[in-house]
Amino acid sequence: MLKIRAELVDAMVAHARADHPDEACGVIAGPEGSDRPERFVPMVNAARSPTFYEFDSADLLRLYREMDDLGEEPVVIYHSHTATEAYPSRTDISYASEPLAHYVLVSTRDCGPEEGPVEVRSYRIVDGVVTEEQIEIVA
Amino acid sequence: MSVEVRIPTILRSYTGGDKNVTGDGADLRALIVDLDARYPGIAERLVDEQGLRRFVNVYLNDEDVRFLGGLDTAVADGDSVTILPAVAGG
Repeated sequence: MLKIRAELVDAMVAHARADHPDEACGVIAGPEGSDRPERFVPMVNAARSPTFYEFDSADLLRLYREMDDLGEEPVVIYHSHTATEAYPSRTDISYASEPLAHYVLVSTRDCGPEEGPVEVRSYRIVDGVVTEEQIEIVA
Repeated sequence: MSVEVRIPTILRSYTGGDKNVTGDGADLRALIVDLDARYPGIAERLVDEQGLRRFVNVYLNDEDVRFLGGLDTAVADGDSVTILPAVAGG
């Protein structure tokens, strides 16, 4: 289960809407071993694509150095789907490389960049196996 | 000579859980061969017939080796190599 503060969910959704129709991506870092997402870090989608995302390689190094210095890990790795449901695609599954992270998918296919219905779902992706999990939103 | 190599979570099963290991080699290719001798299987996760795998980023100090010489990038005593899987998907 992913336990996460409402403002962090809102931040992911706002990022996804802002970048629509391109995919948005980022992480929410938290203290190592805590499983507690705390620090929202929106990333640039270097692919700037409606069907693909990739963190820029220099940004990626900077992010991991920073998390290291702060004793953090990527508790949540999020990205958006802008034309399909919030379910990991085949590419999402094959590139997933953080077995401890919650992979959060936000779908903006129904709302686009506007207010409106948005789908937010969370998964574990380990060794190519996807397991959906509940999201508990806390204050 | 020794080079510090930072191992990402997903590859720590090869290094007995170690985050940092040391390796040897005149260039990145030799360094990976050296690592594979002690951590069998790790090389296959980093390279394929084409060279470095597309979704594995390797940095020499602060620079992505793709912008240096790829597997031919020279490494020297005291350098630090960081391996990070790309964060990517569709």
